[in-house]
Amino acid sequence: MITVRNLTKRYARTVAVDEISFEVAKGQIVGFLGPNGAGKTTTMRMLTCFLPPSSGTASVAGFDVLEKPLEVKKRIGYLPETPPIYPEMETSEYLEFVGKLKGLSGSDLQKRVDYVCGRCAIADVRNKLLGKLSKGYRQRVGLAQAIIHNPDVLILDEPTAGLDPKQINETRDLIKSLAGDHTIILSTHILPEVEQTCEQVIIINKGKLVATDSVRNLRARARGAESVLVEIAGRNGNLEAPIVQHKLEQVSGVSRVLVKQQIDGRGVFEVESQKGRLVRGDLARAVVESGWDLNEMRSAAMSLEEIFLQLTQSDAAVEAKRAAVEAERAAVKEPQG
Amino acid sequence: MRNIWIICRKELSSYFASPVAYVLLTMFGVIFGWFFWNNLTFFVVEGMEMQMRGQNFPMNVNEQIIRPLLSNVGVIGLFFIPMITMRLFAEEKRSGTIELLATSPIRDLEIIVGKWLAALILYACLLLFTALNFAFLFKYGHPDWKPLLIGYLGLLLEAGGLLAIGTFISTLTKNQIIAGAVTFGVCLMLLVLEWVSGYDTSTWAKVLAYMSIVTHMDSFARGVLDTKDAIFYLTVIFLGLFFTARSMESLRWRS
Repeated sequence: MITVRNLTKRYARTVAVDEISFEVAKGQIVGFLGPNGAGKTTTMRMLTCFLPPSSGTASVAGFDVLEKPLEVKKRIGYLPETPPIYPEMETSEYLEFVGKLKGLSGSDLQKRVDYVCGRCAIADVRNKLLGKLSKGYRQRVGLAQAIIHNPDVLILDEPTAGLDPKQINETRDLIKSLAGDHTIILSTHILPEVEQTCEQVIIINKGKLVATDSVRNLRARARGAESVLVEIAGRNGNLEAPIVQHKLEQVSGVSRVLVKQQIDGRGVFEVESQKGRLVRGDLARAVVESGWDLNEMRSAAMSLEEIFLQLTQSDAAVEAKRAAVEAERAAVKEPQG
Repeated sequence: MRNIWIICRKELSSYFASPVAYVLLTMFGVIFGWFFWNNLTFFVVEGMEMQMRGQNFPMNVNEQIIRPLLSNVGVIGLFFIPMITMRLFAEEKRSGTIELLATSPIRDLEIIVGKWLAALILYACLLLFTALNFAFLFKYGHPDWKPLLIGYLGLLLEAGGLLAIGTFISTLTKNQIIAGAVTFGVCLMLLVLEWVSGYDTSTWAKVLAYMSIVTHMDSFARGVLDTKDAIFYLTVIFLGLFFTARSMESLRWRS
């Protein structure tokens, strides 16, 4: 549905988006993830034909954003970071205006306005001035104007920013329910949001694409092995951690055991195993046979948050190191010169 | 065409949904009323004095009331044009609604012409106030209505040009005050450029005087439809809207 090839946006001094390529299939929800200032909004603006790319191409539903902008715009619903509302208009008046802009008219328009009002739960503020609405309502009105012409593609820029937790949940549910009919790209820097709503993640940092994969694969990729957290207690109130560690390491398939925590007679161990080996049964047996109690055993799957930090920070760390090395070199050169 | 009308309707409803239109109409009504009252009283007093002196000087409502008043309307309107145009694009840029317009399946030119047309219609509403005053002349006198009609056509053309310039200036900034102040400055300069013809007859003075908007208002105020002057105003309108379109395009490349 959306194809992006080497998309680049250069400003006078900075490169906001640097050679990004990705593809989004029909009906998917894709999370566009990155720290603030990573280039998410710029990329979305290029997809919606608001900004022309400096180089590279992007196409939506087979239409190029530079060559056929009107066709692309017809098929896109866009919710910018701040909902684009006119404070002096009433909700229904505003939705009618946007509907007409997108080419609806007559009874079709009325039907769609009624439909989106119901869908986005804004029917109770239909006759209120937009300027008087709360942030949550404004956001939902923004969402309603994005879907009013039933577009193939929805592009949502931080749709849950500034909402309270209840509204965030409602908005997420709404977005999830829209998938299937619509292909959705949503940007965010809130990670649980992506884990909960999206099937696929595109991570960008400083204008560059860092990773693009499904949420599940990304988790698996971040660490080659599976790891399990095991809490073990000694029978008589004391537990020799090194002995336990040694014992667990001897279980077949286990590659590494780390002591995470030890408090009077209880210890938490992180057991890493080779990929694809199921070691939990053997681990449990080894613990019980050695006369210890097995208090807890759970998989220590990395949260997306950790993956994200790992992916975006490794870059930063590398750069910091390079800068440090260069500074050192300069410092060495100076006394010679 | 349909899209132009959608944008125009939206602009008009935001003029009339906010106090903007009513404040402008009221102020214009009061100021023009004062001009009209003074002019009319002067005309009546002068007429009575002539009669008392027994002179039979020809008095003409068209020449002595309508013509100077129409010229004055052009000048009063000058103060109102920045107030009409300053919000057109500056406000959309500030509130971010420009993103909605620019990502809708509608051409830039349709947005621009729609907005300009709404501004022109609001200005025409101001002119209706003057028509209300002139209606009294028709009740108690017998002015010729054709020159008056041509005078109005001239006023609309002149305003159309200035509004197009104002629309262009509004695309340059997010700040309405700046848009308004610059528009006012430019309009005032275009008005007073004509002064050079008072003391200079060189070619450049003629060019400057030609560029002034009042030079071309004279014939319309007299009730003469001069193609040359009409074309001048149409050119200003076209140029103003053309620059607006270019400015909107560069907006996309820059921001």
